[in-house]
Amino acid sequence: MTDGPLLDVQDLRVSYTTRAGEVPVVPGLSFQLNAGEALGLVGESGCGKSTVALAIVRYLGRSGRIVGGRIRFEGRELTTLDEAGLRAIRGRRIAMVYQDPMASLNPVMTVGHQLMEAPRTHEGVSGATARDRALAMLAEVKLADPEAVMERYPHQLSGGQQQRIVIAMALITGPALLIMDEPTTGLDVTVEAAVLDLVRELRSRHRSAILFISHNLGSVVRVCDRVAVMYRGELVEEGPVRRIFTNPRHPYTRGLLDCLPTLGSDKRQAPLVPIAGQVESALARAPGCGFAGRCAHVEIGRCTSHPIPIGEVYGEPDHHVACVRADELARWTRRSGATVTHDAGVVGEPMVAVHHLTKIYEPRRRWLRGPRAPVRAVSDVDLAAARGRTLAIVGESGCGKSTVAKVLSGLVVATAGGVTLDGVEVGALAVDARGAALKRKLQMVFQNPDSTLNPSHTVGYAIGRALRRLQGLSPADLAAGVEHLLEVVKLPPAMAARKPGHLSGGEKQRAAIARALAGDPEVIVADEPVSALDVSVQASIVNLLTEIQAARGATLVFISHDLAVVRYLADTVAVMYLGTVAELGSVERVFAPPYHPYTEALLSAVPVPDPDHAVARILLEGRVPRADEIPRGCPFATRCPRRIGPICDETPPPVQRFGADHRIACHIPGEELRRLQTALVEPRVVGR
Amino acid sequence: MSTPVAAGTLSASSPAASRVRARRWRRRLAALGESTPATVGIAIVLAWVVLAVLAPLIAPYPPNANDMAALAHTTPSKAHWLGTDHLGRDLLARVLWGARPVLVIAPLAVLGAAALGSLLGLSAGYFGRWIDLTITRACDIVLSFPVIILYMIILAHVGSSAWNIIGVLTLTKAPIIARIVRGMTLDLREREYVAAAKMRGESALYIMLVEILPNARGPLVVDMCLRTGYNVIIIGALGFLGIGLPPPDPDWGGMVKDTYGMMMVWPHMALVPCAAISSLVVGFNLLAVGLRELGLRD
Repeated sequence: MTDGPLLDVQDLRVSYTTRAGEVPVVPGLSFQLNAGEALGLVGESGCGKSTVALAIVRYLGRSGRIVGGRIRFEGRELTTLDEAGLRAIRGRRIAMVYQDPMASLNPVMTVGHQLMEAPRTHEGVSGATARDRALAMLAEVKLADPEAVMERYPHQLSGGQQQRIVIAMALITGPALLIMDEPTTGLDVTVEAAVLDLVRELRSRHRSAILFISHNLGSVVRVCDRVAVMYRGELVEEGPVRRIFTNPRHPYTRGLLDCLPTLGSDKRQAPLVPIAGQVESALARAPGCGFAGRCAHVEIGRCTSHPIPIGEVYGEPDHHVACVRADELARWTRRSGATVTHDAGVVGEPMVAVHHLTKIYEPRRRWLRGPRAPVRAVSDVDLAAARGRTLAIVGESGCGKSTVAKVLSGLVVATAGGVTLDGVEVGALAVDARGAALKRKLQMVFQNPDSTLNPSHTVGYAIGRALRRLQGLSPADLAAGVEHLLEVVKLPPAMAARKPGHLSGGEKQRAAIARALAGDPEVIVADEPVSALDVSVQASIVNLLTEIQAARGATLVFISHDLAVVRYLADTVAVMYLGTVAELGSVERVFAPPYHPYTEALLSAVPVPDPDHAVARILLEGRVPRADEIPRGCPFATRCPRRIGPICDETPPPVQRFGADHRIACHIPGEELRRLQTALVEPRVVGR
Repeated sequence: MSTPVAAGTLSASSPAASRVRARRWRRRLAALGESTPATVGIAIVLAWVVLAVLAPLIAPYPPNANDMAALAHTTPSKAHWLGTDHLGRDLLARVLWGARPVLVIAPLAVLGAAALGSLLGLSAGYFGRWIDLTITRACDIVLSFPVIILYMIILAHVGSSAWNIIGVLTLTKAPIIARIVRGMTLDLREREYVAAAKMRGESALYIMLVEILPNARGPLVVDMCLRTGYNVIIIGALGFLGIGLPPPDPDWGGMVKDTYGMMMVWPHMALVPCAAISSLVVGFNLLAVGLRELGLRD
């Protein structure tokens, strides 16, 4: 071992060769990582974070190339190391964990086999030793019953379990450096919280250094000591977590913090501030600050004439920033708007009402093998959304929230119970059976930006077709109609001629919102519309939805697993678990005690971008039961940290009402819950 | 089905859109030029197309003219560059003329099979249930027949003509295309843009043809290219079996049939049409390889 940092990246330059020419994705990046330290690398998609990670292990692929600079790891120069040398380091000294665990695991090999592979090939240990190590590692990543897990195939495990296995595989050789590339993106909040806690715990035990890549400052705070913020391949700010979060000096870092919804704020108090524009292409680089084009504090000339050096922040020797105006900007304060009043309480007649809704999916009969158990996706759900208000449905994946959305939209039909839309019963009406007026009344915004628009059609065609079908617009008026809708969602008119392949995720989602608006709907059902987007883009889409809703007086049914977003834009919140509503109420009441124990656990799992925010985390043990093993009593009984006894397993919980607009389905009396629980969210100031 | 066309005018009418479209096509062609197999494939196929079109102008002799004098020396000579067959007909002229029916029948049959197969595959994949079951089983039955025997039975029954061959090839190739399209439809019908189309009340036909089919076109085009090559082989085989195009007009398979008896003495008589068949098949296959590369890159 030599002295100095474990990983020393000096002036690293990486380019990709594309048809458009050589693209300098990373034009010069330097940072150090000491042994045992955790560094968070943060920035929007397209900022070159993953490129840096891949450059370190020299996995850039055919089109990528390190053009210059040095990467020293444990005193060895990685940029010039030959294949044999790299093989000795990869997997053994440097391990990687990627975003999608299913892509990292081999589907035809058992988990045990894959875990034992690394020690056997890299260290040449015997099968028995490797097996013992694998078992110990599985216990360390907190998987129950390691022996059984060893024999499983990846598809038999949940997403969270798979990511634990990948982490176990990465740590089993005791690497000096662990690179994690968006390891929790795509996981449910509760699972994400558990994985982040696990990483933090393993870190202190294994003394591995961690390079943690994320677009979300909230998740970085839980794991890292230092944060490096990257923009267009360059470091714009770097320093200890606490300094970055309490005194961010770079406008980009501030932008990333301002666009995060937090549990303490909502749309009326402190609107989210998205970062203007989007990450510019690395092709056309101006001589000055890379962020100048999107920066609110830009001074043409000073900022744009010459490269901006990274320098110490005045009075903070361990905090560096690349901004010429860093010392001039006022100190950053967390958004809050406690002075704004809020008009709670006025609730109109329900626009959408769900009564005792049950949806059972009957699996197809298999030839000669008898029927399979039906899947009860939603059982006996009651909800209502008032006209012009926002109803948010939250819960982990598989809780039935998307099924409710599908029944509302008529893509599936209710098995029992009903749905009324502006007084008209539509629960039994599939979308084909709904009249033109009903179709116009309710439109949907979908989750996946890559599948929401047809890649074969231009944006203009997609929106124009919706205008024709829903408004009956004549072909002559279509172009104007499309242009108007694009303007509403803040897209330039030229977008009409583009196909989705040339749009960013945020632009696709905007175009999809424009398509949904074509019929001038009174109800917009949005099924996880922002969960696949970067935080900075998420903020602008959330703002757009609230704006449109306010301007049109539309009712919004917003489905999400992100409680911070829900807190931000909802008026009424329904927390769903295993097809039932655990808690329902106005947003103020749901986010204040008494909580349903499940709400409490969800709230405590939300990543908060604030190092001083310490919450006793309630970790949910076990997994969501499968459809054929739903408990007879309370559906949450198998995982509930506040379970009081056999009554929870045997008897369905009573619905307790607290005032007109709050109800909880739990056996524990409300007073008792209130006594046990502390407020997890700072109360909202309600003025009169 | 006037609706998709009418709505399409939106993007087609604006000059900006057409410019974007033109640029897109130019880029696609340029990309195809970067692939060696595609370039060679296009060259071979185009060469045959040009030769077939120009056959009346460039063929040195009428295809059915017998040169009795040449019968003494049927092998290639100054007068007959590729030699003559056993009846003294010029092989070069016959090969050039023989390209014409093949280059009409093979692509037409593929287009027919693609149209029928796509419709079947889309319906099976989109509707599922008993429609899927019926179509899939029917396709399996057709595919389980030894095709050559099937052709012999059908063509013996209805008589052999260009249109009948196209019909038979269409019927027997459609199930293969149907399977491919069905598989892709099963995946594509779950996309959110299909749900969005349902929510604005589109008909099943519109969803299948306008929302789903265009996104299945990549693999479909590659397969059509391959299948054109296979059709060239089958047309040759039918000619060889004597159930191809009626004589005396030249047809590559028939040319081999007429002369293979003389293989030991004058091998060139059979080899010339064989080489023509293989080169055209190789051309189509290379084109398919190139298109697949292009599809993988996008």
